[in-house]
Amino acid sequence: MKRPKVGFFDFACCEGCQLQVANFGEELLDILGAIDVVEFREVMSEKWDGDFDVAIVEGSITDKHAVERINRIRERSKVLIAYGSCATIGGVNGMKNAFDLTDIRKYVYGSDYKFFHTEMTKALHQVVKVDYFVNGCPVYPPELVKVLKAALQGIPYYVPDYAVCVDCRLNENVCMYEKGVACFGPVTRAGCNSWCVNNGNICYGCRGIVSNPNEKGMKEVLTKYNIPIEFVLNKVNMYNKCRELVEGGEDDE
Amino acid sequence: MTNKKTLNINVEYITRVEGHGNIVVNVKDGSLEKCRLDIVESPRFFEGMLRGRSVFEAQHITSRICGICSCGHTLASIQAAEDALGFVPSEQTIKLRKLLLHYETLDSHILHIYLLAAPDLLGVKSFVPLIETHNKVVRRALRMKKTCNEVCETLVGRHVHPISAIAGGFTKLPREKDLDDMLGKLEGMRPDMEATVELALTLKFPDFERDTEYVALVSDDNEYPMLMGDVGSTDGVRMNKKDYRKITNEFIVPHSSAKHTKLSREAYAVGALARFNLNSEKLHPKAKEVATVAGLKPVCKNPFLNTAAQLIESVHCLEECIRIITGLKNSGVNYNEEIVVGLNEQGRIPVKAGNGAGAVEVPRGILFHNYEIDDKGVIQNANCIIPTNQNLNNIEYDMKKLVPEMLDKTEAEITLGLEMLVRAYDPCISCSTHFLNVKFVNR
Repeated sequence: MKRPKVGFFDFACCEGCQLQVANFGEELLDILGAIDVVEFREVMSEKWDGDFDVAIVEGSITDKHAVERINRIRERSKVLIAYGSCATIGGVNGMKNAFDLTDIRKYVYGSDYKFFHTEMTKALHQVVKVDYFVNGCPVYPPELVKVLKAALQGIPYYVPDYAVCVDCRLNENVCMYEKGVACFGPVTRAGCNSWCVNNGNICYGCRGIVSNPNEKGMKEVLTKYNIPIEFVLNKVNMYNKCRELVEGGEDDE
Repeated sequence: MTNKKTLNINVEYITRVEGHGNIVVNVKDGSLEKCRLDIVESPRFFEGMLRGRSVFEAQHITSRICGICSCGHTLASIQAAEDALGFVPSEQTIKLRKLLLHYETLDSHILHIYLLAAPDLLGVKSFVPLIETHNKVVRRALRMKKTCNEVCETLVGRHVHPISAIAGGFTKLPREKDLDDMLGKLEGMRPDMEATVELALTLKFPDFERDTEYVALVSDDNEYPMLMGDVGSTDGVRMNKKDYRKITNEFIVPHSSAKHTKLSREAYAVGALARFNLNSEKLHPKAKEVATVAGLKPVCKNPFLNTAAQLIESVHCLEECIRIITGLKNSGVNYNEEIVVGLNEQGRIPVKAGNGAGAVEVPRGILFHNYEIDDKGVIQNANCIIPTNQNLNNIEYDMKKLVPEMLDKTEAEITLGLEMLVRAYDPCISCSTHFLNVKFVNR
């Protein structure tokens, strides 16, 4: 069997999810035995002109140039995987959408702001068709392996659509609410093995919100622990602001 | 005889660096007309986005600036936040933070030496062909990288975007078995480190020198300063971190979406070589030994040897990690210091208005974070100055000196030489562009 041609690409992001690949250690060589990585700018100078069997794309779409580039990648790829929160839900780049774009450009770039274009941050699926999603900031490596296997076999991968709390309970963590802290486990998609709570932090919702969140239950929890809803919404927007986007969102010049 | 060559070099998206940059060089009739490193990364506006958020969230958000130095951003962010709040971390916390910083430096340097820089020195396009030709070397690199990642995971949950290191301390402290596990892995890494040194010493670095100013943290004690200290330079500057703006003197250049900096002269350099040039006498004896064998002496003015300085620092970091963990095992860890995230939001860490700065030596050089907060701990203004930004101007001056010296070479050789130069600085472009002309509106 010919090894499938795989390309790694990045848009606005920290490139940390691509770095997770290097952390597989010697197992990486087994993965590289099964696929043919033909383009990966962060670690390779090789370039590829042909089509990709699989394109793994990190980062959010934040300007017109990126829209053109992701469309070209989509055209050349049989399968496109959105890789990491920036790609799957917009992630931290989405916080920008809460500001007036001209105002935030002026704040960061001062009087030269006109040189620096930006548009409302979008997740990949808000611009092109996405075949597989690997959520998380950063991605959880065991899930990447699962998705890659599914993509190479051409079978679907279903992102867990139940709350992080399910994993968290199995890991026997003390509930953060019991410690007096608001946590987004109750409404966030599982699949990370409750990584953050295992390490004493809260869930920040980086994997996105479950498709049918238990709003009533969440409200009850917040009332019980006396946590204002605005406080929680502000925190949810750290990763999930892009979910509010409608078609043809506001752009700036 | 003057070389009357005409050259047009345009490298779009330099590979094996973090982020997007282009090299543009024009030579007409043997004279250099244009020589630039263009930064074309999409801006992400982190500083703008920090406004209105709790200073206790700053670490979580700013670690997402960069996947390679997320622990470095974490530590600079925490330092700035605690400085603004007037909170003094415990000795144990400081020890663990130093350990974390060493882990990241080690991890990042190994990644750069093996996967990003070595392919050039071995004449291939990436580490992929090396899997065939230098299988043992690739396996060693991946093994070392994995070990760094694993000890980091044990200490703070993961390397990319650490979980348990927050303003105030750690949400989870390493248990006895964790210390043993980390120590075992690090001690087990020593033979691989020796082999790395041996291999690196056989690599031939390009012969090139340019006199410039080197900037790094400096201190009066005997410790190689990475986490704390004043800001110093080889031109004799010494300032408190709060005065970082007087160090960086940022200015805009039209061809780059990243700002440039200068101090005593036209440009300055930060990073492993700068640290070595300012503090080499404080390195671990084993690291000093490597420097002697490699023939590296301060002040070394060959930017390509930044990779050699990274090698020397890797040896230093590994030994320091082992020393810190051994110390923690002997003294025992005080678990009463474990904190719950969000305690701040319940008023357990007193919050007051303030302006705080953090200055930390991350793998690529000195990183500054600065937050101004109101009496509720909400960020009013934020500024971060990234090592790569500080190096951009210096890289361009290097390029301007290097190109004329290489004019008798082919265009492909000159292009490769320039790419190698840029890579030697190990630039982190996705970091550098998020931080440009930040103006504090209140001023």
